[in-house]
Amino acid sequence: MIYLDNNATTKVDEKVLEEMLPYLKEEYANPSSMYDFSRKAHNAIKEARGKIKDFINAANEREIIFTSCGSESANMAIKGVLSYNPAKRHIITTKVEHPCVLNTYKEYEKQGYEVDYIGVNNSGELDLEELKNKIRKDTALVSIMWANNETGVIFPIKQISEIIKSRSPETKFFVDAVQAAGKIPIDVQENGIDLLGISGHKFHAPKGVGMLYINAKTSIPPLITGGHQERGLRAGTENVPYIAGLGKAAELAACNLEYEAKEVKRLRDKLETGILSSIFNARLNTSITNRVPNTTNIGFEYIEGELILLHLSDLGICASSGSACTSGSLEPSHVLRAMGTPFTSLHGSIRWSLSKYTTEQDIDYVLEKLPAVIEKLNKISPFQRELEHLKACKGV
Amino acid sequence: MWDYSEKVLDHYRNPRNVGSIDNADAIGEAGSLACGDSLKIYLKIDNGIVTDAKFQTFGCGSAVASSSILTEMIIGKPIEEVRKITNKDIADALDGLPPEKMHCSVMGHEALEDALKHYFKEEAAQQEKIVCTCFNVTEKQIWDAIKDNGLTTVEEVTNYTKAGGACGRCKGIIQDILNTYNKKSAEESKMTSTQMVLKVNKIIETVIAPELEKDGGGIELIDVSGNKVMVKLYGRCSSCKNSLVTLKSFVETTLREKVSKEIEVIQV
Repeated sequence: MIYLDNNATTKVDEKVLEEMLPYLKEEYANPSSMYDFSRKAHNAIKEARGKIKDFINAANEREIIFTSCGSESANMAIKGVLSYNPAKRHIITTKVEHPCVLNTYKEYEKQGYEVDYIGVNNSGELDLEELKNKIRKDTALVSIMWANNETGVIFPIKQISEIIKSRSPETKFFVDAVQAAGKIPIDVQENGIDLLGISGHKFHAPKGVGMLYINAKTSIPPLITGGHQERGLRAGTENVPYIAGLGKAAELAACNLEYEAKEVKRLRDKLETGILSSIFNARLNTSITNRVPNTTNIGFEYIEGELILLHLSDLGICASSGSACTSGSLEPSHVLRAMGTPFTSLHGSIRWSLSKYTTEQDIDYVLEKLPAVIEKLNKISPFQRELEHLKACKGV
Repeated sequence: MWDYSEKVLDHYRNPRNVGSIDNADAIGEAGSLACGDSLKIYLKIDNGIVTDAKFQTFGCGSAVASSSILTEMIIGKPIEEVRKITNKDIADALDGLPPEKMHCSVMGHEALEDALKHYFKEEAAQQEKIVCTCFNVTEKQIWDAIKDNGLTTVEEVTNYTKAGGACGRCKGIIQDILNTYNKKSAEESKMTSTQMVLKVNKIIETVIAPELEKDGGGIELIDVSGNKVMVKLYGRCSSCKNSLVTLKSFVETTLREKVSKEIEVIQV
C-alpha cells in the first residue's frame, strides 16, 4: 500500500506505541490517586506536558491543556474566548478554515455575532490588507489556521499577530495548528499567539488526543466541566496512555523537522513535477513555495476526483480529493473554491500528502501508474473536444 | 467511504459501452461540469429497437456505474419499453445506491429522457421553472423524483436531485413542492364511502379476524362513518384487560396501514 493521505491521519510511530503500552497494561493507575502506584501515571502526564511545552516553545507548562482532538481544542478556544468577552461580538476568520472551526462560527452568526471571513488569492495566500481593514475595537477573536489542510499553504502567523496587536491589543488570536504540527517549527511566543490547537494523529500519535495552548494572559472557562483535572479546565480522568503518546510524538516530530523540510519536500516535489510533466491535463492548484513540505494539490481537468481515488485505491494508492462526491455533501472543496480554482479542475482535484514513512519507491510507483489511470478516465469523459484542445495547447 | 454494491464496483471498474456513436440517432445530455457531474448518452435506433448505446460520463464511481448499466439495460430493447425506465430501475439494477448518490441514477434517467425527446423531436418542454439555481434543477425534475421514488423529505429530494445541496435557498420551495404533491396524491387516493366500507370489511375479514381468532377472539364490523370505523369485539378480547391496547395497536394500525391513514377505530 502507498499511503499518501497523511493530512487525513498518520501511522502511529512504533516508539510512540512503546511509550503508551505500559499505561495500557500494568501502569493503569488513576493519576489523581494518592498511593505510590499512581506515581508513574502522574509523572507520564507531567513529562508529556514538558515535551509539548518544548515542542511549541510555550513559556510555562501550565499553558498546556490536553484534549481529545483538534476539534475539541478549537471549540474550547473559540467558545471560551467568546464567553469571557460577552461585550465583543465581532469575529474574524478565513474562508479556508477547517470545518470544525467554520461550522462553529456559523453557529455564532445565528446567535447574532458578526463574522468576517477573510479571502485568499488564486495561490491560496491570505489577503492581509482585508484582515487589516476588518479588525475593530470590538473584535473578540481572530482565528486563523497555520497551514491549510488541502493545499498546505502556510499563513504568515507572525505578521498576522503583529497586525492584530497593533490595531486592537485586546483581541485574542487563536491558531489552528493541526496541519502545521510536525511539519514546520511552531513557536507560540515568537509568533505572538494567544491560543493554539494541535491534534496528535496528524503527527504519528494515535487518534483521540489533542492539545490546546492558552497563554498566561488569556483566561477561558472549561468546555467540559466536572473534576479538577487539567487545573479544572478540562474535566475527565486523563487519557494517560494517549497523553504519553502525544508527548513522545511531539519529541520525535521536533527531531524530524529537518528531514521533513529536506527529504519529505524532495519527494513531494518529485511527485509534483513528475505528475505535471507526464499528464497533460494535470493542473497544480497552488505552486507557491510557502507550503508545508509534505502537501501538494493537483487537479485533473475534465475528470472527477472520486473516480480517480477509486481507481487509485484498486492499485493500492491512498490519496484524497476535494471533490463533492467524496464528502457526502454536494459541494466541492470550499478551499479550492475560495481560491477561484476553475470548474474544469475543481472536481478532479487530488490532495497528496506525504510523511516521514513515504519512500522513493512509493513516489516512483505512483508516477509509473498514474498516467494510465488518468488516460483511462479521460476516455470516459464527455469533454473529449476540450481535452483535445488542452492537449494541443500543451503541445502533446 | 461509500457502501457501494458489488455491481457498482464492477461497473465503475469495467464500464461497458464507453464512447460515442458517430451517426447516432439520438443524443441526450444531463448535468454540467460546474455541478460536478455530467453525462452524454448516444443511441442507435433501428425499427423502434435500440440497437446500440454508448456513454461518456464526468462523475464519481456511482455516476459511471449508473451510465454503464443503463446502456446495458436498453440495448436490444424496444423504444417503448426503454421509455418506461425510471431512475429507480437504474438504481435497482445496480443493487441499490447510497442515498446521497441517488442523484447519479436520476442523472442517467434524465440523459435518456433527453435523448428520447430529441429522437421523437418533441418540443423541448416550454421554459421550465428552475427551482435550484446552483444545480439547475427544474420543478418537473423534482416532481418526477418525488413521484418515482416516493420521497417525503427535503433531504431526500436533495439526495436524489441535488436540489438544495449547495446554498440551500430553495429548500423552502422544495418543501412547498412536497406539500403540493402530498395534497394532490391524497386527493387522488380519496375513496368514495362505498369503496371505503368494502375495503375496511375486506381487511377485517382477511387480515384482522384471523389474527384475533388465534387468540380466541372475534371482531364484527358495525358501521363506517367518514373515517370512523365502529367495531364489536368478542370472546377473550372483550373482557381482557388489554382489549383497548389490542384495538389501538392492531386493528387501527392495520386499517390505517392498509386502507387510510385517517381511520379512527371505535369499540361499540
